Amino acid sequence: MFRLRPVLRCTPLSRRYATASGPHALVFLEHREGAIDSGSLSALAAAQQLGGQVTGLVVGSPEQVKGVLEKAKKLKGVSNVLHSASEQYSHALPETISPLFEKLLGENSPYTHVVSAHSSSAKSILPRAAARLDLPAISDITSLEHEASSNATTFTRPIYAGNAIATVKAPSSLRVKFFTVRSTAFKAAAEDQSTEAEAQAIDPVEVADPPTQHVRTDLTKSDRPDLGSASRVVSGGRALKDAETFKSTLEPLADVLGAAIGASRAAVDAGYADNSLQVGQTGKVVAPELYMAIGISGAIQHLAGMKDSKLIVAINKDPEAPIFQVADVGLVADLYDAVPELVQKLK
Amino acid sequence: MRPSAVRLLNILVPVKRTVDYAVKIRVNPDQKGVDLNVKHSMNPFDEIAVEEAVRLREKLKGEVKSIKVVTIGPPKASETLRTALAMGADSAIHIEVPDSAPAPEPLSVAKALRAVIQKEKDNGGVDLVIMGKQAIDDDAGQTGQMLAGLMDWAQATFASKLVVDPKAKVADVTREIDGGLEEIKCRLPLVLTTDLRLNEPRYASLPNIMKAKKKPIQKLTPADLEVDLTPRLETLKVTEPPKRVGGGKVESVDELITKLKEAGITPVKS
Repeated sequence: MFRLRPVLRCTPLSRRYATASGPHALVFLEHREGAIDSGSLSALAAAQQLGGQVTGLVVGSPEQVKGVLEKAKKLKGVSNVLHSASEQYSHALPETISPLFEKLLGENSPYTHVVSAHSSSAKSILPRAAARLDLPAISDITSLEHEASSNATTFTRPIYAGNAIATVKAPSSLRVKFFTVRSTAFKAAAEDQSTEAEAQAIDPVEVADPPTQHVRTDLTKSDRPDLGSASRVVSGGRALKDAETFKSTLEPLADVLGAAIGASRAAVDAGYADNSLQVGQTGKVVAPELYMAIGISGAIQHLAGMKDSKLIVAINKDPEAPIFQVADVGLVADLYDAVPELVQKLK
Repeated sequence: MRPSAVRLLNILVPVKRTVDYAVKIRVNPDQKGVDLNVKHSMNPFDEIAVEEAVRLREKLKGEVKSIKVVTIGPPKASETLRTALAMGADSAIHIEVPDSAPAPEPLSVAKALRAVIQKEKDNGGVDLVIMGKQAIDDDAGQTGQMLAGLMDWAQATFASKLVVDPKAKVADVTREIDGGLEEIKCRLPLVLTTDLRLNEPRYASLPNIMKAKKKPIQKLTPADLEVDLTPRLETLKVTEPPKRVGGGKVESVDELITKLKEAGITPVKS
């Protein structure tokens, strides 16, 4: 009896410790054509920095989930993969996917954080789900720190088109902390063939008569690297005159460098380039090894999308163009002379 | 009850007064925020939202019954409402908060908008909310989705094209998504958020600016709507982003290539 007493005394203590268990992140793994989006892999890397357990979530049509699940199980740092398959999930409509999040995150759920890429699809779903649970969300974070003792998480995120950085604390009073991750700020998590996470099927939440129907998706076809994840980007602005000139000038350079092509808003609005190529506050945010800005003046909104690039090269004939203030290497020249010469000499 | 054949639309357009997009902002030395003693104007995405509402009425003629704009902001935000009224909105609601109040978070804004929509029930309800996809100050991009979630309505984010059929009470929307475009069909009521390419906002003409002065602005307080706008997230500080050091200019393409090589950038073999 004497020996038992300390054990008994410890019990309530250890139980309290168990309820204040470490963070447990639920990471929304997005996929396209059987591959997990690189943005989701960066979100996964961010989730790992919380220092706790990480569960992946794969949602899609039955065929989509089958292929992606195997890949998700091999991801480094994922201990568990939840998957939910339904024809209703085939196009990731917020109206049909949000109820699944609500179910997973009910009062007694183990999850302390919900994490996703800052992608167009997750940006549409996560805030809707968060609001349904009466929780705020934090967008486009670039760093985070979790304090396990207080269960508070501190994030940094760019505001005012990246001209200021806000440090925001999500206090412990927020049962679940929702956040989306700027993919260029976190190195994508890798596959690890030696591990295999446990998979667990979750019944889909069928929405009777959803208010939104998917009609069609038109993806811009391209053999080039994806703009969001390319290590080199060649980007053109309004100085490229028209769509034909845009292509004929930038493509040879992008080819010789193995780069993705981007565009300023002016070039997109003028119809020179597809809007999926827009780099900036309202387009994509990129941070490649090399960013070449060709005929781009460098408005605040454009800089917001590329100023974290390792090496910025600008070619512009206006020596006063603001792009030269951020460029590591600037060349004041007519791009119609300089770009072909550059291509020639690089070959 | 109106005869069901004529279904008139009521449109609500939430707008925000933000620092003008062309202003180069400065972070305050106390790291509490940015210098707000600068030019403000309507959030550019909200201008697109107002424009779309007005165009919808021009297209549908008599089928749009009302366009109401709403803002939550300090006394000066009424100027933003006047701009929207001059662009063609009929009336406005100003949920006034003191200058000193912290900026409300998207979830609080969505709750206030929900309260406004519930209040509008007496005026025939709201069928369509058109709002910007993000505000260019906090860059959060959440309010529309949150409102749709709170109302349990359809949502169409990042819209670049909107076609409304008031009789069938549906909207066909083209959305800008990563990698391309997506078309969806939404049942009204709907929350739509605007992308840049939805339209080109008009300038208010002088006669319309004069007329806008006579249009009604209803003032409300958060208490009237029974909403609490206190932030739940704590902003610890606001700092300058790390400065990029411009590397200076080169004289020729050859020098540029040398610099590229120094940085380890070499052409790919094809």
